[in-house]
Amino acid sequence: MKNNVIIDLKNISVAFDGETILNNINLFIRDKEFVTFLGPSGCGKTTTLRIIGGFLQPDSGEVIFDGKNVLNVPAHKREVNTIFQRYALFPHLNVFDNVAFGLKQRKVDKAQIKETVEKMLDLVNLKGFEKRSISSLSGGQQQRVAIARALAIKPRVLLLDEPLGALDLKLRKDMQVELKNMQQQLGITFIYVTHDQEEALSMSDTIVIMDKGKIQQIGTPQDIYNEPKNAFVADFIGESNIVDGVMLEDFFVRMAGHTFKCLDKGFAVNEQVDVVIRPEDVDVVEPETGMISGQVTNSIFKGVFYELIVDIKNFKWMVQTTKHKEEGDVIGLNIVPDSIHIMKKSEYSGQFGDYSSFSDEYEELDNVDADIPIESEGEA
Amino acid sequence: MKKSSRNVLLNTPYVIWSALFVIVPLGIVAYYAFTDADGTFTFNNIKNLGNYGSTIADSLIYSFVATIICLIIAYPFAYFLANFSENSQRTLMLLVMLPMWMNLLIRTYSWMNILEQNGLINNVLTRLGLEPVQFLGTAGAVIFGMIYNYLPYMIIPIYNVISKLDHSLLDAASDLGCNSFQRIIKVIIPLSKPGILSGIAMVFVPSVSTFYISQKLGSGKILLIGDTIERFMKTSYNYNMGAALSLILMALILISTFIMNKSARDDKELIV
Repeated sequence: MKNNVIIDLKNISVAFDGETILNNINLFIRDKEFVTFLGPSGCGKTTTLRIIGGFLQPDSGEVIFDGKNVLNVPAHKREVNTIFQRYALFPHLNVFDNVAFGLKQRKVDKAQIKETVEKMLDLVNLKGFEKRSISSLSGGQQQRVAIARALAIKPRVLLLDEPLGALDLKLRKDMQVELKNMQQQLGITFIYVTHDQEEALSMSDTIVIMDKGKIQQIGTPQDIYNEPKNAFVADFIGESNIVDGVMLEDFFVRMAGHTFKCLDKGFAVNEQVDVVIRPEDVDVVEPETGMISGQVTNSIFKGVFYELIVDIKNFKWMVQTTKHKEEGDVIGLNIVPDSIHIMKKSEYSGQFGDYSSFSDEYEELDNVDADIPIESEGEA
Repeated sequence: MKKSSRNVLLNTPYVIWSALFVIVPLGIVAYYAFTDADGTFTFNNIKNLGNYGSTIADSLIYSFVATIICLIIAYPFAYFLANFSENSQRTLMLLVMLPMWMNLLIRTYSWMNILEQNGLINNVLTRLGLEPVQFLGTAGAVIFGMIYNYLPYMIIPIYNVISKLDHSLLDAASDLGCNSFQRIIKVIIPLSKPGILSGIAMVFVPSVSTFYISQKLGSGKILLIGDTIERFMKTSYNYNMGAALSLILMALILISTFIMNKSARDDKELIV
């Protein structure tokens, strides 16, 4: 399992002014992998990146790079390069000299520098920009120069700290594809920090979800989306209804007043659990034929689907459906076993997964830990 | 229309002010420089400037040396200052500014007392059984006075620039292979050039035109342009020659500012 590991973080902890930033982080990263640290601001993702880059010393723990502990290796001697949040291009140097900076530092001969810089600028589609000053470039172009500068010295690992945060949506989408292509083409390990879950899902081989200085889950985008470990992950990645349930026995969970078949097992009898149902996994049917039913309190046309907020025994569900339903309609809902995911209770239970704030009349969350009722009916 | 007439109205006081207190005095200086005591037009004053070549050269050399030494002292100081904790930065900055709250004349006069033949330093030296040293009246004392009085003007602009440097640029430099010394040479110094240039201007200009420092610490043996102008104005009442010297001083300052602006514009290496 641990073959071709390039970076191994062991028991990393950091505190600033008594406030814990990273709490015992353990993580390994394989060579040539695209890993994303995903989490809300303040979760410790950038701090972790800075520790790998050598800009920050952890209070405890080890950073193993290629089998060697590099804790005492300063940033300028590590085989890692960083693309900074606001690019950190040198304003006193032109594009060529920015890209050549690292090469000159390594005493590469002039002809070689020229060749490499040209190759890199070609790679990022900035051919002919050599003499331009940094201030004359647009945000997207500066981003490309930053990428060229970091890649010019052929790092083993590239660290990217929210590199697309300052770009507009369209450009960001294009750069996501380009970065992913570059990573595959060059065969470099990318460690990418973002708070944008969609970006993480579409680019990564592995996602590391962080919150409050701890790793909440590590997995492929599919794993994380389909099998979130706790309410935080379920809520942070995509939309989720997180409902309180009771595991009656293996493969049977009771929630919203109905007993559902599911694929999960290994819980104690009658264990309290969090049940995740993605809005797109709910079938909307006639009230009489649904397993449970509720009243639509809000309906928004989103193009491909309608996004409904459905009140089921005072708990607001989000449901995405292609069927047209209006506010006030009573509908039935069916959920197949494959669409139900059971999670152990965690510190995050009860904090996420309710869509009350979507409705016009904001309702109190007083009934959150009660089971949710049904009115079953099937669909056509 | 309305807007432009309002702008004219708002601008007028400033235009009148600059005309009255900047342009007119300059005109008067020029008038005196090109006339004799009777008010007839003449180039004699300008021709006679040649007699003061060594004074002008001394002024330039002394202020140049003082500026360079100020830079050498101020740069590392400002650099380390910018890296201290915010509290220490505030305290140290206060200490830098504190002497400036006192009048320049008083500060210089105090140094005269410290440096003179029976002054503090020589007293200590004689007590230790050493020969007293003649400080006053030497070029060193004058340059020292310039450095002491104008050092804060070098520290402040450099400190301002360094403390506002984007820290990620420094990280980027390390990231690309710079050790901390190379980082200073390749990134921090080039980026603090605007502070260095304004520091140079703010030390060089008052140094080159000073008369009080050279008078007191030079014991009258060292004459700079400022002293010479003062003599023409106050002792020999030769306003015309004084005005001609003032014009030359202004020209020198203009030229040095021009050179610095030029080097600020082309973004190559630092020209001191």
